[in-house]
Amino acid sequence: MSELNKLGLAEARDALRAGEVTSVELTEACLKAIDEADALNAFVHKTPEIALDRAKAADERIKAGDAPSMCGLPIGIKDLFCTKGVPSQAASKILEGFKPEYESTVSQQLADAGAVMLGKLNMDEFAMGSSNETSVYGNAVSPWRRGNDDAQLTPGGSSGGSASAVSADLCLAATGTDTGGSIRQPAAFTGITGIKPTYGRCSRWGIVAFASSLDQAGPMTKNVRDAAIMLETMCGHDPKDSTSAELVVPNFEAMLTGDIKGKKIGIPKEYRMDGMPAEIKKLWADGAAMLKDAGAEIVDISLPHTKYALPAYYVIAPAEASSNLARYDGVRYGRRAQLAQGDGITEMYEKTRAEGFGHEVQRRVMIGTYVLSAGFYDAYYNRARRVRTLIKKDFEDVFAAGVDAILTPATPSASFGLGEMTEADPVQMYLNDVFTVTVNLAGLPGISVPAGLDAQGLPLGLQLIGRPWDEGDLLNTAYALESAAGFVAKPGKWW
Amino acid sequence: MSIDQSTAAKVAKLARIKVEDDALPALASEFNNILGFIEQLNEVDVDGVEPMVSVEPMRLKRRQDVVTDGNQQDKVLANAPDAREGFFAVPKVVE
Repeated sequence: MSELNKLGLAEARDALRAGEVTSVELTEACLKAIDEADALNAFVHKTPEIALDRAKAADERIKAGDAPSMCGLPIGIKDLFCTKGVPSQAASKILEGFKPEYESTVSQQLADAGAVMLGKLNMDEFAMGSSNETSVYGNAVSPWRRGNDDAQLTPGGSSGGSASAVSADLCLAATGTDTGGSIRQPAAFTGITGIKPTYGRCSRWGIVAFASSLDQAGPMTKNVRDAAIMLETMCGHDPKDSTSAELVVPNFEAMLTGDIKGKKIGIPKEYRMDGMPAEIKKLWADGAAMLKDAGAEIVDISLPHTKYALPAYYVIAPAEASSNLARYDGVRYGRRAQLAQGDGITEMYEKTRAEGFGHEVQRRVMIGTYVLSAGFYDAYYNRARRVRTLIKKDFEDVFAAGVDAILTPATPSASFGLGEMTEADPVQMYLNDVFTVTVNLAGLPGISVPAGLDAQGLPLGLQLIGRPWDEGDLLNTAYALESAAGFVAKPGKWW
Repeated sequence: MSIDQSTAAKVAKLARIKVEDDALPALASEFNNILGFIEQLNEVDVDGVEPMVSVEPMRLKRRQDVVTDGNQQDKVLANAPDAREGFFAVPKVVE
């Protein structure tokens, strides 16, 4: 078998079980691809020794007939996940040198299922960003280009390294996390699949916290089947996360029948934004037509509070971040600023946080501090939480009316050039998440599926939103959409 | 609502982030920009609507009040920028 790094999880799993390939061979192919792809800046901490050790152990397990779902499959881990003994710094200077003494629940579950960690992946600092331009490691770069133009494009964010690595076949799949769209937007920008499960499906324990009521981990993969396989391994109740759901995790892969006859798919009118590019409109209409052809019923629906999702998010997420990031004080872990003669503990905090946090993180921490401060708590924070209740109710009403899933564009545009948004006001960057952020506020599962290319040859994705805890049904609808869309484009190798 | 430089300085202080005086006007202007965007929330009628506490209605679980963990001083201190004699070390707090 040639170019083993280009395999997906299901293909590689089947080849491993059939004895056609070993995990060591798969892992070596990925490690070689990673070493050749430094120009993408996707892997920021490589762990080849760990990878080869785990690959050898996986080969032993497979030989012994004990091959769990992910056994021997090489994957990348977003830098937001704490991995024992391996740098885990959330792409921030303030966590420079931090090597956790423990392993996140999700990465532990993947390891227990035999997955092989190749290294840690680039991201926006503390997962705050939509273009992977706020990372202390520098920008992650998309493997995609606009035709023959050699301008570097963003793989999206915050899980930009994960998206770039999976799209460029540096690994078979990767973990991501999604607080406002950080799995689905980069997946859409790079022509891969990414699912954010229902809030509470994946344990948040050991994942560096950004906004705890919104954060969820999920897989970023080459197709929907792979997403089903990897999501099942990542999910499950964890007593160490008090918001982790005590629910049985179904066999998601077994639910991929492709049969969506009679399913009701909602098209929300509020997502038809002014100035939406014609290509996105067409992609969306084509997606609806494909689902209809597959036997689904397409219905117009209304989610009246959609417009207020982004402003509510930009109160709630910074508020939670300002509280979560208070722990970075230069005392217990990470980097402490050099102090001047006579500096006391307050100067230590202030200098450490000014030097250690990047600009966007500082901005969000301070906005969060402001909206939580005395006199503004009700006007901003409580109002935003009330609006969040209304946003969730919009979805509850639609599902109560019999809708099984909602189809929307994943992003308002295709990928843009690195640096193109530098001068824009931060709110312009926030608009990237306009179609994804509602899903986090309502705690729902959402998946991005690659569905076409724009005129410049860049991937575009469609998003499907499902009922809470019904990832299996959502994945099956996505599977039907994937089959109909037949997206097979790959970036040409320039790196 | 508009944020002036002294409010920006106060917020920076509350957040324990050192901001130089000459950076305050730009910071205040960024805050105003973002808060202007957030002001849209005032259009929504939220009378009688409960603020969301938990996105999935669930009671936080309780557990027995017992020791589950401990005796890991070395691990706890392993990542500290300055640890001495089994403690985290910081600049002098009390004169």
